[in-house]
Amino acid sequence: MMTNYGNRLTQGQFSFLPDLTDAQIKAQVSYALKQGWAVNVEYTDDPHPRNTYWEMFGLPMFDLKDPAGVMQEIDACRKTFASHYVRVTAFDATRGWETPRMSFIVNRPVEEPGFRLDRQEMAGRLQRYSIHSYAADKPAGERY
Amino acid sequence: MATTLEDRPRTAPPPGGAVSGGHDQDNGTPGAVDLRRLYRDTGIGEVLQQLDDELIGLAPVKERISEIAAYLIVDKARRAQGLRSGSPSLHMCFTGNPGTGKTTVAQRMADILHRLGYIRHNHLVSVTRDDLVGQYIGHTAPKTREVLKKAMGGVLFIDEAYYLYRPENERDYGQESIEILLQIMENQRDDLVVILAGYKSRMDTFFQSNPGMSSRIAHHIDFPDYSAEELLRIAQLMVTQIDYRLDAEAQTAMREYVERRMSQAHFANARSIRNALDRARLRQAARLFRTAMSAREGDSGKDELMTIAAADIRASRVFGNEPRPQKIAAALPEAAISDR
Repeated sequence: MMTNYGNRLTQGQFSFLPDLTDAQIKAQVSYALKQGWAVNVEYTDDPHPRNTYWEMFGLPMFDLKDPAGVMQEIDACRKTFASHYVRVTAFDATRGWETPRMSFIVNRPVEEPGFRLDRQEMAGRLQRYSIHSYAADKPAGERY
Repeated sequence: MATTLEDRPRTAPPPGGAVSGGHDQDNGTPGAVDLRRLYRDTGIGEVLQQLDDELIGLAPVKERISEIAAYLIVDKARRAQGLRSGSPSLHMCFTGNPGTGKTTVAQRMADILHRLGYIRHNHLVSVTRDDLVGQYIGHTAPKTREVLKKAMGGVLFIDEAYYLYRPENERDYGQESIEILLQIMENQRDDLVVILAGYKSRMDTFFQSNPGMSSRIAHHIDFPDYSAEELLRIAQLMVTQIDYRLDAEAQTAMREYVERRMSQAHFANARSIRNALDRARLRQAARLFRTAMSAREGDSGKDELMTIAAADIRASRVFGNEPRPQKIAAALPEAAISDR
């Protein structure tokens, strides 16, 4: 399933660990910047595993040298979307990669209701499965 | 540099005579911190020495820089002893006439502060008004923030900072930029060192209308004008750095040039000297070309290629000569044709 103990969302890196502290986040961001990746802050209140494109909080940060600037953005995003999921991605623009190389959650709602497994009977006893977030029953903005 | 820092021997043997370093050797007083060793380890001596070698004159500036360096080393020692040490404010303002070396020193500053461990990266982001102030409502804040984010961990150098504030236009977006700057300068002292630079009189007006800015800057450093002697040494340093040299007569000519140029309008200290040398190089090239063409053999020795002669300098307008570009331009193609 997509959830672990306490229905904690497990997407991206470090998600089975306890929440990262700010110092740990800083160290990770600092690693990403050292690799020359552009760091980006994103948020969402629809944590379905197939929802890969979260909303961007500001533009991706290119040409940064120090994690202080990213931490500032993360804090601003947490303040604005206190009860949303916030994640940090590091994008590698190198030819051949051109993809996020890191992605981890830095903020999550206090209550995470988790996901339900839906089964659907199809013709010939074929069964289809789908995952449904309990939170997504409510309209966007009131979910957590 | 006549300061306490420079007096300390750079390669003092560790007390106790053993080779391996460490606190155990400082057994004079319990838990003593060896300032000499700290000084040596940071390698700050080399930076200051380089500053001294490559920047001529500027005594007050160097003094202030070595004071800051000493302070940061002592602060480090205090921290090692568990004494309280608030992070000192290192925002600076460089004022001075054109060509007095403000930008050069700012670039050096990033290196110095980095070696002292005050900033985390040895990088300097150099910006002017255009990079900070937006063009329409709501454009300025993100633009300024982006620049600040890029400069985090290093030094932000704002050249011609007084342009940020335009008193004649009360709806100018510069004010917004200044407010964001002030906020960051106050709250994130550990992350960023801001250096403002500009001409003295205009910076004074700028600070008068922005008292908050003035009080948040701990170090106001004034760059003095160079004396004729210093300018001559600068000229010599500049030519050696680009593999040229002035012969004995050219040096006398240069001395006269400096004296005359200083009394003229639009004198920009070292920048004027640099421009004069650039023009002298052009004249030298033209002269070499002319002689080579008329002598019907194209050889120029390495020595000749390096030497700037007195004539190259004396041809300057400063000596009351008419500029002669037409003559040279006319001489070249003719010689080239006749040579064929």
